[in-house]
Amino acid sequence: MKPSSLSHSVSEKIIETFIHLSAAVSIVGLVLIFIFIGKESLPVFTSPEIRREASLSKIFLPQSPEPGEEKVFRWQPVSVVPKYSLLPLVVGTLKATAVALLFAIPLALAAALFTSEFAPSWLREWVKPVIELLAGIPSVVMGFFALIVMATYVQELFGLDFRLNAISAGIALGLAVVPVVYTMAEDALSAVPQSYREGSIALGATPWQTAWRVVLPAAFPGIFAACILGLGRAIGETMIVLMASGNAAVSSWSPTDPFRSLSATIAAEMGEVVRGSTHYHVLFFIGVLLFLFTFFINYLGQLFVERLRQKLSGTDK
Amino acid sequence: MSPEHPGGLTRPAAVRTRLLKVPAALLLALFQTAPSMTAAGITIKGSDTMVILNQRWAENYMEKNPGVVIQVTGGGSGTGFTALINGSTDICAASRPMKEEEFRALEKKYGSRGVEIPVAQDGVAVYLNETNPVNELTLAQIRDIYTGKITNWKSVGGRDARIILYSRENNSGTYMFFMEFVLRNKDFSPYAMSLPGTAAVANATSRDKNSIGYGGSAYAKHIKFCAVKADTDSPAIEPTEENILSGRYPVCRNLFFYTLRKPRGPLEQFISWVMGPEGQEIVAQTGYFPVKR
Repeated sequence: MKPSSLSHSVSEKIIETFIHLSAAVSIVGLVLIFIFIGKESLPVFTSPEIRREASLSKIFLPQSPEPGEEKVFRWQPVSVVPKYSLLPLVVGTLKATAVALLFAIPLALAAALFTSEFAPSWLREWVKPVIELLAGIPSVVMGFFALIVMATYVQELFGLDFRLNAISAGIALGLAVVPVVYTMAEDALSAVPQSYREGSIALGATPWQTAWRVVLPAAFPGIFAACILGLGRAIGETMIVLMASGNAAVSSWSPTDPFRSLSATIAAEMGEVVRGSTHYHVLFFIGVLLFLFTFFINYLGQLFVERLRQKLSGTDK
Repeated sequence: MSPEHPGGLTRPAAVRTRLLKVPAALLLALFQTAPSMTAAGITIKGSDTMVILNQRWAENYMEKNPGVVIQVTGGGSGTGFTALINGSTDICAASRPMKEEEFRALEKKYGSRGVEIPVAQDGVAVYLNETNPVNELTLAQIRDIYTGKITNWKSVGGRDARIILYSRENNSGTYMFFMEFVLRNKDFSPYAMSLPGTAAVANATSRDKNSIGYGGSAYAKHIKFCAVKADTDSPAIEPTEENILSGRYPVCRNLFFYTLRKPRGPLEQFISWVMGPEGQEIVAQTGYFPVKR
């Protein structure tokens, strides 16, 4: 018996080390990526030559396009006087994200509530995989669909000037966000103990009241986390906005205008940019911003979820 | 098919292989002895617009003439002229004619004003939606439209509707040409939407009835080409092949090679190949227009 238990513990040790190693590799990879992006964006802070064209004040504050003209925010990196204001790109990203979430979150939550609380089990077994299949559609296909088909209908429906605008791109982006939010929200709702529902029904509540007043609040931390994850996906998504946004660096909050997102800017311009130029380093700086954005959002989400979980489970004080 | 092989009749396999072996051996011999015989190096420096074109020419020419090594670098037309003046390049590739002070610098140093050879043409067609009542615009109007000074079609004799601008990504040579040549180095309006590739611009213009786009003159599905007037009194010229080759179409510029003296030897062979049918075929394939005839 003894040797076999020894080999058992050895193999256990090996597996344990392997798992630790895998976890370490992904963390080390993440750190290395961040170091690389950070290093490439550093000249924006250190190199006097690059700071002359793109210092932080030029990146974030309005500049006159030509001496004597009104100060504006412009992203025009290829120009006689290159302009590197990131504001139009940040506005564009947030605008599209807002439209996407306004579209996706109600839809995904309603679908999740329906499948977990009201749908008969045979229907649930159908609906869930089909919605999750939506996550498997390559974003390039979604972008193409938005560019060719949806843009025309949205333009005609609302009578818009711009065929490519934040509404149609935002909806396409929303379609990519729906499965992310749906899956997590559905899991959170299904994880609510059956006794909650039984108790509520026993007290005379209707199924709708039970779902809305009991199950939904109980699942709130998970649902909130789902929304945060959807937000992260919407901010970082590249291909859909690259194709359907029109990529015009306009600093307007109007959803009927085209826009240019941070991620699409990197995708469109990194390929041909001269290595080591101001433009190159500013693109990496955008990468750092995106990284910090998503990092911060995820952190906030985690923090909030933890607080809520403590509060709801009564371990708060 | 080789000339000894009229009509492409099939021969016994053994004969075919023997026929192939002779040129192969010849080629091998040429390849081995070539570097010591004619190790000719040609450097081309200059215009970033022309880098891809120069590279295609160099690759194709080197493939056919294994003894010649052609080195291509960019940096801009100005860089190319400086290199020509400093004697650090054989050919200066330029998307603009040489300036007077550059001529003078060259003359002072070498007593030669250099040789200018137009090798290709760079030009764009302006696209309009088929339903647009506007058919012609002046260069100044196109500039004002793309810089955002004119925003309504009514100002240029069209419908009362906002002008939707389609443009290219800022890393494209067409974008650079349009900015330098049509906008005279002014910035594009921020509302100009950038799309990847000429086909995407043509496609978007065909779907959007109040839009304007620009790109090569080969894409013509569901769009129409805007006739362009150099100024208000000039005739409106459409970007047909004939008008472009004759130089009448105004949204067009020459791309040049400059050499210090009249090219001789391998340099002369390379340049006459560039000007010949093979070189000009590559011009068309790369998306530029062949040189005026």
